[in-house]
Amino acid sequence: MNEHFLRLWPVQGSDYAVSVDWLVIGFTGMMALFVVPVFVALWMFIWRYRRGREANRDHRAQSNLPIELAWIILPFIGSLVIFLFSARLFFFARTPPADALEIQVTARQWMWKFQHQGGQREINTLHVPARRPVKLTMISEDVIHSLFFPSLRIKQDVLPQRYSMLWFQAEHSGTYQVYCAEYCGTDHAAMLARLVVLDPGDYQHWLQDNGSAADLISQGETLYRQYGCGSCHDSGNAPPLAGVFNRTVRLADGGQVVADDAYLRDSIVLPQKHLVTGYLPIMPTYSNLLDEEAVQRLVAYLRSLPATASGDPK
Amino acid sequence: MSAPSYLHQQGLLSWFLTLDHKRIAVLYMVTVTFFFFAGGLAATLIRIELVTPQGDLLTADGYNRAFTLHGVIMVWFFLIPSIPSVFGNFLVPIMIGARDMAFPRLNLFSWYLLLGGGLFTLLALLLGGVDTGWTFYTPLSTMFSNGHVVAVICGVFIAGFSSIFTGINIIVTVHTLRAPGMTWMRLPLFIWAIYATSIILVLATPVLAITLLLVAAEHLFNVGVFDPRLGGDPLLFQHLFWFYSHPAVYIMILPAMGVVSELITAAGHKRIFGYRFVAWSSVAIAVIGFLVWGHHMFVAGQSMYASLVFSLLSFLVSIPSAIKAYNWSATLYKSDLTLHAPFLFALTFIGLFIIGGVTGLFLALLAADLHAHDTYFVVAHFHYIMVGAAVAGYFGALHFWWPKITGRLYSQLWGKITAVLVFCGFNLTFFPQFLLGYLGMPRRYHAYDPDFQFLNVLSSAGASILALAYVLPFFYLLGSLRWGERAPMNPWEAAGLEWRVPSPPPLHNFEEPVTVDFEAYDYSPEARRDPV
Repeated sequence: MNEHFLRLWPVQGSDYAVSVDWLVIGFTGMMALFVVPVFVALWMFIWRYRRGREANRDHRAQSNLPIELAWIILPFIGSLVIFLFSARLFFFARTPPADALEIQVTARQWMWKFQHQGGQREINTLHVPARRPVKLTMISEDVIHSLFFPSLRIKQDVLPQRYSMLWFQAEHSGTYQVYCAEYCGTDHAAMLARLVVLDPGDYQHWLQDNGSAADLISQGETLYRQYGCGSCHDSGNAPPLAGVFNRTVRLADGGQVVADDAYLRDSIVLPQKHLVTGYLPIMPTYSNLLDEEAVQRLVAYLRSLPATASGDPK
Repeated sequence: MSAPSYLHQQGLLSWFLTLDHKRIAVLYMVTVTFFFFAGGLAATLIRIELVTPQGDLLTADGYNRAFTLHGVIMVWFFLIPSIPSVFGNFLVPIMIGARDMAFPRLNLFSWYLLLGGGLFTLLALLLGGVDTGWTFYTPLSTMFSNGHVVAVICGVFIAGFSSIFTGINIIVTVHTLRAPGMTWMRLPLFIWAIYATSIILVLATPVLAITLLLVAAEHLFNVGVFDPRLGGDPLLFQHLFWFYSHPAVYIMILPAMGVVSELITAAGHKRIFGYRFVAWSSVAIAVIGFLVWGHHMFVAGQSMYASLVFSLLSFLVSIPSAIKAYNWSATLYKSDLTLHAPFLFALTFIGLFIIGGVTGLFLALLAADLHAHDTYFVVAHFHYIMVGAAVAGYFGALHFWWPKITGRLYSQLWGKITAVLVFCGFNLTFFPQFLLGYLGMPRRYHAYDPDFQFLNVLSSAGASILALAYVLPFFYLLGSLRWGERAPMNPWEAAGLEWRVPSPPPLHNFEEPVTVDFEAYDYSPEARRDPV
């Protein structure tokens, strides 16, 4: 037992959370408008027309078209208004700002792993700055999980072999509970994490105190050398990678695809999925050599490569 | 001398080899009652475990197995067969003036399928245990679960055919065996509801069967369908699963709505208000219900635009339900109302259904669902519909037609006490779960944050009242078989063909072929109540 013994409303950790709460309250009010009359009418009719009580029972109506249409159309229009508000919020929640701080998330039975751009890594705790948009790129190493921040009113399923995205902007520093919301096996209930929101200054300190020798990009570069990626990609045997990120790539099957995070990841782990036109399908899969976190580092490195005249990285 | 009742013949074989729809209905009743208590026992374990935040009564695996057993048994072996197979079987031929169902042998075979599939599933769940949840989400179910997934899937697969055959039987019966003069617009609304339900049974269940086969194939032979490591797509499973399972919710609730239309009119002694609207709303629910499955997947990784469309369609499907609720209330206006036990169950249904329906709209509301999805809010919502409302409907039917089925009257007082206990116990159990969910407590948690304890204790306290209320009828209804008064032909002064045959009905329902020259729910002073 503690001071939260009887908490009835979740804390509001972001402006978005406040908007969602108002949406829910507004919708509750509107539903009450349509539902309470039913309950009142039921009780009134039960009282007035119970057997044995004198009441006017003449001219019983069998149906009434205007009334039927009224109670079909009015609630529907009312709900549509709320639906539009909700859709707007939903689009907002699903569209990260371009300047968001990017953090990589890897889920597995039964832990959450986070990688920051500076190379800092944490397990089951996520440090973020307050009042700044944060974008999480997430992937699972086994089954489906779901990263759930009750204080921010958001969650997103984390899928195996596919990046999914979640973004938020926390307003107040503090520590908030994070759950896995998608049932994922034995210790699902123990797959917990903490969200630690720090004021921007404190966040900088935290980054410095926990900084590793190399940031995500240079860790990725090390992997790039270590696995000899350049022996093909820098020699013309495989597509050059300079400026590859967000470039439109022509595929051997005639289609084209934008080289986003998902494309870069798939090209490393499932190289036969997208074959670039003009090259032989000689790339082996690295899925048994690299775990998802290593792939995230490599992707970070590939994203950092500027377009150069020669087409060679560095 | 009137013909002997359908219960006249004695001996076990007269039951196990019967082709009489009424006897098959009774077989179903005994069977689903058994599964109801089996699933209820698992629910009891779950609620006791959740009294304390720590996982102390069950291990994590034990808990996961308990809620899987609870879900699988309750959904496929109680809720789905409950009203369609028990009351659909008993009532459809009598209500439309037929001697039996269109395919009596198929009817008996359907019961054997349900019983066989059910016992097999239960055995697999008890001896092996499955920890996937009733949703069998991949790749957890196919590549990571170490329980007897394939065995349980087999059981559900077999029982699925019971659903399909029952659906076909009802559809054909309603189309071909209506008595002369029994036009579609003269059908009792229960028939409309059960007909709409049968359409869903026939169209949706095969999709489940296919999906389960694919899961088994992936589990056994590593065929890549759903597992991304084998080149499959886990979201494909969710699309297929919910394409069946959302309509399946309507399989549970539509028949109960049909029952409530009967109970309201019989208690009010008045024709239903807006017959055509109530009738067609059942069909509308069945049709639109097929187009809303994606609202289970707003956070699953489905496209934003798909989510938008599914949200809008989910608002649309709520309209026919609202039509019913408004028309039921309007029916009571200027009625001549007797407050007997079945009517109290109908009221319980309406109250719980409205709360469950409205909270469902919160989950259809995109931004609200991002928060409430996979929390106790969802658990509370679907229990209000699938348990609160559907079981209230089933109990209402049981109390309304019990005198017809058994020829005995039961204690009205006990019936009313049970209805009130169900309503109070249910709300105390599940209303706190709405709050828990909005607070952020995820579902399927074996241990939880101590912050959530108070509401969980309330919920478990409510569950003990609910359990009592669900067990009570077992005693006084069975007791009525021995001590109850003999039921007259029409104890409720109700309209409808079933109240113009003896209680219990003779083997062939009607001694002479029936001709219908009256409307449904004819409560005018000149309406006929004599035996047909």
